[in-house]
Amino acid sequence: MTRRQSPARRREARAGYLFLLPFAVVFTAMLVVPLVYSAYLSLYRRQLVGGTAFVGLANYARALKDQEFLAGVGRVGLVLLVQVPVMLVLALVLALVLDSGRLHLKRFVRLAVFVPYAVPAVIAALMWGYLYGRDFGPFAQLAKALGVAPFDFLGNGTMLGSIMNIVTWSFVGYNMIIMYSALRTVPAELYEAARIDGAGEFQIAWSIKVPALRPAIILTVIFSVIGSFQLFNEPSILRSIAPNVITRGYTPNLYAYNQAFAAQDMNYSAAIAFLLGFVIMIVSYVFQLTTRRKAAAA
Amino acid sequence: MTPRTLTTTALAALLALGLGACSSPSSDTTATSANPATTATTAPSDFDKAMATPTTLTFWTWVNDIQNQIDLFTAKYPAIKVEVVNAGQGGPEYQKLRTAIEAGSGAPDVAQIEYQYLSSFRLTNDLLDLKPYVGDITGEFPGWIASQIGGNGGIWGVPQDTGPMGFLYRTDLLQAAGLKTPATWAEFGTAATAYHTATGNYLTDMPGNDPGQLVGLFWQAGARPFAYDGDKTVTIDLTSDKVNQVLEFWQPLVDNGAVATDPDFTDQWYQGLANGTYASWLTAAWGPLFLQGTAGDTSGKWGAAPLPQWQTGAPVSGNWGGSTDAVLASSPNPVAAAELARFINLEKAPALTLANEQFLFPAMTSILGAPEFADATSDFYGGQKVNALFATISGTVSTDFEWLPFMDYVYSSFNDTLGKAWADKTDLKAGAAAWQADLVQYAQAQGFTVK
Repeated sequence: MTRRQSPARRREARAGYLFLLPFAVVFTAMLVVPLVYSAYLSLYRRQLVGGTAFVGLANYARALKDQEFLAGVGRVGLVLLVQVPVMLVLALVLALVLDSGRLHLKRFVRLAVFVPYAVPAVIAALMWGYLYGRDFGPFAQLAKALGVAPFDFLGNGTMLGSIMNIVTWSFVGYNMIIMYSALRTVPAELYEAARIDGAGEFQIAWSIKVPALRPAIILTVIFSVIGSFQLFNEPSILRSIAPNVITRGYTPNLYAYNQAFAAQDMNYSAAIAFLLGFVIMIVSYVFQLTTRRKAAAA
Repeated sequence: MTPRTLTTTALAALLALGLGACSSPSSDTTATSANPATTATTAPSDFDKAMATPTTLTFWTWVNDIQNQIDLFTAKYPAIKVEVVNAGQGGPEYQKLRTAIEAGSGAPDVAQIEYQYLSSFRLTNDLLDLKPYVGDITGEFPGWIASQIGGNGGIWGVPQDTGPMGFLYRTDLLQAAGLKTPATWAEFGTAATAYHTATGNYLTDMPGNDPGQLVGLFWQAGARPFAYDGDKTVTIDLTSDKVNQVLEFWQPLVDNGAVATDPDFTDQWYQGLANGTYASWLTAAWGPLFLQGTAGDTSGKWGAAPLPQWQTGAPVSGNWGGSTDAVLASSPNPVAAAELARFINLEKAPALTLANEQFLFPAMTSILGAPEFADATSDFYGGQKVNALFATISGTVSTDFEWLPFMDYVYSSFNDTLGKAWADKTDLKAGAAAWQADLVQYAQAQGFTVK
């Protein structure tokens, strides 16, 4: 059965589309078109000698067998498994502490934790590169003063941890703010009721605050999944001081960049970028699915 | 999937793709370069007409104060306007250049290109053969320049500066350690070990991230690891006896830590040169001035010498760095563009100011020998005539060294292969073999025949 819309409704609908138009234009021009173009690029192969040929999914097949690419994905996967939980737990604890209202200098602490997020990633990486420095960084100076060998933050085995530290430092405040704002929306009556029922502060935090934070936590996890897989600035900057530790395929994005600009292989680069996009989509989706299942079971 | 996750995930994918979306797969806009068979230069009447026609040339270069030379050029040719763009030094400029070429618009008329990258732009037919415009200029330079700017019977760039390699060292530190300036590599090896044992510091730093420096040393040793026939055939030979000779020399010094292997051109490295952690630098002719800026406090304590030699007798050197000015095949003003490239680098007045005021180490034999240049003494080097020394070295750079038409890839691959072996102190020859294998694989995938 078709329902006929009244003229007023139709006018409203038209106005709706009109309001949407500016966004739709920018979205199409800046996101959809490049996306389609990249997809198109990724299906071709262009050689320095021999020109361009349509190769179907050959670039994707190559990437799936490319040890450098897979190692890069594995590396950012490790960041996801190690760094993200640490960062989010820290953010959660900080948000809870701030929300408890028992902290002196609350505003100052909130700002201090958030400020690193306001530092551009490139500056942050440069700054940490200096702090990690083996000769003149403060850690090295301290080690020297104590007469022990300075710790090598930029070695083969330690670099990933050092990068995770930078990322945590940069983003813990951002995630904290998201969680903290979510906490502020919890009605105070709930806490009062819980206290009357004899709940302690920890019990309130665990049984009321954390469940109330669920959507915010899910959001921060999704953002962090994306952030980890997209890791680029930090390794790219640290590469200049540890050029033989951070290889061209250290993270998938760095690899895509180097394929495009050092190897002049835009097509393969586009395929890598697409594959990375798929990986992110799959991981995000799996995460969503599991959290929803758990919510349904609960 | 909720709408929000859908957008989030789509956004993620889009962010990931941003990087790849910069180029088109369409085949080259093959701007065929001038026919190399024509050797006659532009007829005088055509030349005068072109130089009198109001024209604006775009010139990409990273040379400081290039306006000095441009002013001389525009004073002579008032009809020509030159717009200078600093599009970055080396790699960043080439990336922009390739993007502009790819896009079919926005490329300059003249661009500064380092010697080792000329062939990568020749490969795609993006450079103009200058021979019909400026004639055969190779006679103006030391012999080794010919193979750097030549190929397929053409001239693909006008040499601007060069980097014949020499040895800068702290005279005071070597003296204190009782060492004399090493004249041979054998002496250098002994001195490096002795110096490290005596002082705990390093005779030199030999980094794992500077393929240009190491390739210069291969060049000196007589290795010819790369060649390109101008068409489809490349030679990659990083496992030759000559390459091995160099690697076998460095292996024990790297292994036992007698030389440092810190990455160069980093803050730590600058400090190392300034504070005496490294007592010397195997560098090029542009090094002396660079060092003055980096280690100003140690003025008067440095000396310059030729590179240590493999054999006593006739000294040999290699080259590290230096640039040309090349004309893009797409330039609508080839005559004026070629004249700009020639004028600023080959006319005495601009070439001398390039050498004496902008401190580019000259390519031209006549400037190398000019008293205004060669007689200069340097207090930083204890009054030594450093220019004259490197001018002599320039004449000893061995000839016929070639490059691959994809040096960006060659150098980026180095850091992950031989350079990594260097930094990790593992088997250097295995590192060179890995480099070789990676380059061969890349060359074949790009459609080259590998010899």
